Amino acid sequence: MPEIHNKIAHRKKILTVFLCCGLALVGLFVRLVYLMIFEADYYAEKATQLHERERSIKAARGRILDRTGEVLADNRTVCTISVIHNQIQDPEAVIEMLCRELGLSEEYVRARVEKYSSMERVKSNVDKSVGDRIREYEIPGVKVDEDYKRYYPYGELASKVLGFTGGDNQGIIGLEVIYEKYLQGEPGKILTMTDARGIEVEAAGERRIEPVSGSDLYISLDRNIQTYATQLAYQAMETKQAQGVSILVMNPQNGEIYAMVNVPEFDLNDPYALPEGTGENLSQEEQQNLLNQIWRNGCINDTYEPGSTFKIITAAAGLEQGVITPQSQFSCPGFIMVEDRKIRCHKVGGHGGQDFIHCMMNSCNPALISVGLLLGVDTYYDYFSRFGLLTKTGVDLPGEAGTIMHNKENMGLVELATVSFGQSFQITPIQLVTTASSIINGGRRVTPHFGVKVVDAQGNMVESFSYPVTGNIVSEGTSATMREILEMVVKEGSGKNGKVEGYRVGGKTATSQTLPRGSGRYISSFIGFAPADNPQVIAVAIVNTPQGVYYGGQVAAPIIRQLFENILPYMGIEQTPPENES
Amino acid sequence: MAERSRDRKKRKKEQTEYFFDYSLLFVVLFLMGFGLVMIYSASSYEAQQDFGSGTYYLRKQLVADILGLVVMMVMANIPYRFWQRFTTLAYFASLALIPVVLTPLGVESHGARRWVGIPGIGFNIQPAEVAKTCMILFLANMVCLMGKKLRTAKGLAVLIALSVPHSLAVWKITDNMSSAIIILGIAMLMIFVATPDYKRFVIMGAAAAAVVIGIVWAIFNTTIIEKLDFRGERILAWRDPEAFAQGKGFQTLQALYAIGSGGIWGKGLGQSMQKLDFIPEAQNDMIFSIICEELGLFGAIAIILMFIMLLWRMMIVANNAPDLFGALLVVGVMGHIAIQVILNIAVVTNTIPNTGISLPFISYGGSSVLFLMAEIGLVLSVAKRIQLRELV
Repeated sequence: MPEIHNKIAHRKKILTVFLCCGLALVGLFVRLVYLMIFEADYYAEKATQLHERERSIKAARGRILDRTGEVLADNRTVCTISVIHNQIQDPEAVIEMLCRELGLSEEYVRARVEKYSSMERVKSNVDKSVGDRIREYEIPGVKVDEDYKRYYPYGELASKVLGFTGGDNQGIIGLEVIYEKYLQGEPGKILTMTDARGIEVEAAGERRIEPVSGSDLYISLDRNIQTYATQLAYQAMETKQAQGVSILVMNPQNGEIYAMVNVPEFDLNDPYALPEGTGENLSQEEQQNLLNQIWRNGCINDTYEPGSTFKIITAAAGLEQGVITPQSQFSCPGFIMVEDRKIRCHKVGGHGGQDFIHCMMNSCNPALISVGLLLGVDTYYDYFSRFGLLTKTGVDLPGEAGTIMHNKENMGLVELATVSFGQSFQITPIQLVTTASSIINGGRRVTPHFGVKVVDAQGNMVESFSYPVTGNIVSEGTSATMREILEMVVKEGSGKNGKVEGYRVGGKTATSQTLPRGSGRYISSFIGFAPADNPQVIAVAIVNTPQGVYYGGQVAAPIIRQLFENILPYMGIEQTPPENES
Repeated sequence: MAERSRDRKKRKKEQTEYFFDYSLLFVVLFLMGFGLVMIYSASSYEAQQDFGSGTYYLRKQLVADILGLVVMMVMANIPYRFWQRFTTLAYFASLALIPVVLTPLGVESHGARRWVGIPGIGFNIQPAEVAKTCMILFLANMVCLMGKKLRTAKGLAVLIALSVPHSLAVWKITDNMSSAIIILGIAMLMIFVATPDYKRFVIMGAAAAAVVIGIVWAIFNTTIIEKLDFRGERILAWRDPEAFAQGKGFQTLQALYAIGSGGIWGKGLGQSMQKLDFIPEAQNDMIFSIICEELGLFGAIAIILMFIMLLWRMMIVANNAPDLFGALLVVGVMGHIAIQVILNIAVVTNTIPNTGISLPFISYGGSSVLFLMAEIGLVLSVAKRIQLRELV
């Protein structure tokens, strides 16, 4: 029977045990409050980081459009068709449909449909229309994923200008690189919850951050002019067996480039293709070097000795400085002595006595050397610098090459003499066109460019580009005189093959020897502009290493003539009534 | 059986005046039912992957729970004093059972050999669980036998010494320090209640605390981390789980993520992310963290309150037990449950270093629930002997 002894003592002790346990549990409760209220955000964030996996959604890259609104670089929506094994309800229906829509063999599709895997790709790069049709069947277990692929509708057209994109949709060369930040857009994200093994938890759903499409870039290039110039360049390359032909067409008033051709071009939709017969035995590095050569934009990346076309600059400097006038008389015996050097004229017999206009028409070396010597090293160098020849043009393409010029301290009279007629230094074609533009447009050095404006996917203007213009390169008077002289060159001088019926064209030819001298390799070029009294377009054609006749007046001038014959009416430039020749 | 029927006949008239603790039974049933829901929630994802059936663990636990209920009812209907004569046998038998894990009958799981397979029925029991129950029975009887001798220091020392072999065996043979601590803890609580003295216990408690603090301090200041065993590393991971995120701190850190991301109201039942393999075997010792994640602070408090209520009911039963043996039985069970709940929640919340202790009635585990239910049966049996007029 119950013992009544020290029961009270036991009760006190039991209560003590209970209270101690209760106290411990309250302590743990406080700890829980701390963890679940005050530390909750910290641990919840850590946990989310642990659970969420990120998949990115490609943003559509902005298009590139020419001045007429023609799309030069576009995105093609391509689809990837996959099957998800454990969502398929009727395998036969899936196989039948995929075979029919994708034109694949039954065994091929069956193998993929029946393979036990989480997701099996059946075909990628499927046309969007086919992808849409497949999606409309709404057959469980068939997944259609859309993706963007850069697509260049005109293939080779302006390949070295536009450039192309890589696997991550990033620009590799050309405008695609320079305007990357406008074109690329912002990729979106799909955030999904996964378990510790990385398997998606379907019930948890997904968070989606939509991608922002890239903006469209409008450029000054004209597809028609570019196309025609490319045809002419290929034609010239073929007939003259040349290594390459470059044609650059620009508006001298504002620097907008209408066309920039460097043949051979390459296919933008397959930029990594090597020319047939090469590539098999090349190392990775050699292949890359070869590709870099193929992708090179000669108008911008390469320098050359401009030769006689540079006489425009020497003439302008002489006129501006006032050391000569168009009527100044020069005498050419076929050579000129500078210090102890005898520098020959291209006409061995000499041009005899002539005024400066005729010196230019004949492209007389001794006369232009005389102008250079009249200016002196210091003044000549000042003009060289003032014309902007020591700086880059600032064209919106990557990798513009700088001018290779003597240091002023090392420049003697012999160097001055050679520079005066365009030898012993190197500039890029774009530099020549830009400098010539500033001389004929009234003395404003414009920045050559392609980019005009950027418009976002909804059609709102993002940015309209403006480019620096440096004034007072030469006076308006000197500019007018130069236009007249250069018109005479085409009308009656060495550039007469550049003459265009019904238009006043100015220009200058050049035939430069490539280094090393005496190799028999030449670069023939012609720079022309029209109308001569109010230039709206300036163009240069450079034929690299033509076979046979190599004079610029015979090789390059006809290219510009054909070009102008077509593009001047196209551009709506009015014909001038033929003058009465007296 | 003979005694049972005689008992029944004798007390038939008075039966209605005796007490049956329905509140206690209800709390236990609630905790078990809640445990089943949480086991299903915590384990279904992993069970689906590993066994192809989301209810794999649920079904096994359900069988154990039903078995446990049967055992409880049987125990509740056997007068508790019936067991008094078997306590010494239970003491030695449970001690003898521990080394059996080393024999071919032993079953290894999770890299530890802590189970004994019962041949024929495919059911494993943990000798440590047996030891807990047997220790409660043995000490309750021992205290009654020793009577006044318990007041002397010698008597106290004998009683403590008697509780040590089981702890030591569980610790050393089955490498299960947490169960050893629980067995020793239960014993100390019972001895504390049995003797009227306080001073000796305060001194012992202070000494134990000093030793623990000393060891922890030594480990914190050690320069040769490589020489620490896994327990030492767990103590370092306790201080800074994020520094041991890939090792000993992994489980704790994952539990903290679960608890922290639950917030006040939780993510909702079944919505835990951490149970998706982040916390391995979330239905076991770490189940409380899933409760926190899914049901929030609110759910966690509710569970803690249920346990407090359970302890309170047991205190009432112990205080009103008709004899010392009954009172001490209830105190032992109370201590067992209290220690496990406190240590489990303390581990999950990284309040103490990580060690494997299951949450009574809720964590997955067959032998644990079987012996807990047997103990609850004992408590109910004691409660049945309380005369209503004596209830305080």
